[in-house]
Amino acid sequence: MRIGKKKFDGFDIFVFIFMICVAIVTLYPFLNVLALSFNDSIDTVRGGIYILPRKFTLGNYKNILQDTTLIHASLVSVERTVLGTITQVICCCMVAYTLSRQDYVFRKFVTMVFVITMYVSGGLIPGYLLFRNLNLLGSFWVYIIPGLVSFFNILIIRSFMDAIPASLQESARIDGANDFQIFIKIMMPLCIPAIATVSLWVAVGQWNSWFDTYLFSNGNDKMFTLQYKLMIILDNANTANASSINTNNQLSKGGANVLTSVSPDSIRMAETILTTVPILCVYPFVQKYFVKGVTLGAVKG
Amino acid sequence: MQNTAMTNNKKIVNEKKKKKKITLKVLKEQKYLMLLSLPFVVYVFIFSYIPLLGWTMAFQDYQPQLGIFQQKWVGLQQFQMLFADKDFWHAIRNSLGLSIYGIVAGTIAPIVFALLLNEIISTKFKKTVQTISYLPHFVSMVLVASLVQTMFSTQGGVITTILMKIGLMHKAVNLMTQPKLFWLLVTLIGVWKETGWGAIIYIAAISGIDQELYEAAEVDGANRFHKMWHITLPAIKPTIVMLLVLSIPGLLGGGGTDVPMLLANPMVMDVANNIPYYTLTTGINGFRFSYGTAIGIFGSIVSLVLIFSANKFSDWLGQGRAF
Repeated sequence: MRIGKKKFDGFDIFVFIFMICVAIVTLYPFLNVLALSFNDSIDTVRGGIYILPRKFTLGNYKNILQDTTLIHASLVSVERTVLGTITQVICCCMVAYTLSRQDYVFRKFVTMVFVITMYVSGGLIPGYLLFRNLNLLGSFWVYIIPGLVSFFNILIIRSFMDAIPASLQESARIDGANDFQIFIKIMMPLCIPAIATVSLWVAVGQWNSWFDTYLFSNGNDKMFTLQYKLMIILDNANTANASSINTNNQLSKGGANVLTSVSPDSIRMAETILTTVPILCVYPFVQKYFVKGVTLGAVKG
Repeated sequence: MQNTAMTNNKKIVNEKKKKKKITLKVLKEQKYLMLLSLPFVVYVFIFSYIPLLGWTMAFQDYQPQLGIFQQKWVGLQQFQMLFADKDFWHAIRNSLGLSIYGIVAGTIAPIVFALLLNEIISTKFKKTVQTISYLPHFVSMVLVASLVQTMFSTQGGVITTILMKIGLMHKAVNLMTQPKLFWLLVTLIGVWKETGWGAIIYIAAISGIDQELYEAAEVDGANRFHKMWHITLPAIKPTIVMLLVLSIPGLLGGGGTDVPMLLANPMVMDVANNIPYYTLTTGINGFRFSYGTAIGIFGSIVSLVLIFSANKFSDWLGQGRAF
């Protein structure tokens, strides 16, 4: 970063140690939960597990993998992530392309229609009642249809399209291509970097969301997602924690679970890891696209 | 920001040159463009504008089983009830508290992190730390809540163990059940999750600073703190102001439903119940649709007022408009 030779001073050492601490604090909770998820659940209650499991077992994972509702929830999570991402990205590209065309007669009108939605929104209850009237409650499509377009993502793709020389489109038109062919054959392939960024964002958002399941599932467990299943476990644990506050040990609770040798806490660990793994797997490969997206967005202001 | 404004002006000039009249010929020429965009105008109308019509519910005593035209109009009664509702003001207090804590910490922490990161000479080390630092941004709040529960657990949770070892805590207590600490802990969790990600934009701004400025300062005998204070910070000031202004309209959000529903527990509900959660529990879970809509309208008006005052504020600082 800096030009010229620099001496290593005390502050450099401080920064170095500080950054190491940041890295440890960031990663430690994940490692701890990973260790706990591989540890025997009765042993876990004794505490003192930090990075390595003490009594190694695959029992927690075996247990959750036998749970068919959980397998189903994983499938729903994958389904909504894949379908939701593909549909939203295609729709956003379509609108973005028309907005990038300076000669489009309805350009201002379409922009206005979208801009207003940034300032005012109906809010929770009118939205809920609308979904109810559209029969979206308790249906898988509530994950896909309300999120078909996002103005923010449209703006990101459009600003990328604006940077593509207009002469490319001109020459295609001279060769006899219509607007639709130009969009599919020229603009979409050229926008792949922007599309990749936006897709990743949308995919992470879809994978991570839980509140829409809570609000719109209407108790239909066929559309429960992994996040929501985890949320239910967490909710039970939160309530249990508060009721047994300051008693420190939950022996009465734990006692009932000894028979099955699996405690809700250990199941939660295994599920936490199961829910994190997909993100961790793609993270090293795609994080640079995420970052690109932020700077793209920042340029737009 | 000013640059963007200038390019915008240029675009407007260009548009005027190219401006086409809407004729049948043009419509036919642009039929594909219309096909690609107008369906979404209909879509937005349904999903964003029809809910706005739902605002009328706030002036009615809405009964779901009755038709649209059979509802009883009650004028401002819902709002009168709202302003007399102690729980509502309590929820506003919690929202403001959580938001203000979050905005202050969420502004300072990324700046400090970016400044320190900028002091690292080894690019490889810098990249590694950065990559690790924004990992938590991508995991869901549900997951974070699960991690939090593990860390704060009274049965060997790391934070509890450490606090006991250094003598700050005498009896194992789950800190997340302490109402006095709740806002602070939620803020710290937010810092843990978002600092690395929030720093990206500052790091981008810092990398755009002309290196000659630093060299000149060095010649004048400036040390690294002088350079931070007199070069780096002023250079990223527009970014800081812009992000602050963008965060102001969300003041009533108070962390959304994530805070009361994932991080809180019955022990701390008193300080965790924010406006989004209050709307949810009264409006939907309690079937008081009109009342919930009234809260929503109140929130929308407040955030519109905040948007405009935030814009005025940023004009006053001479940073251009954020919205």
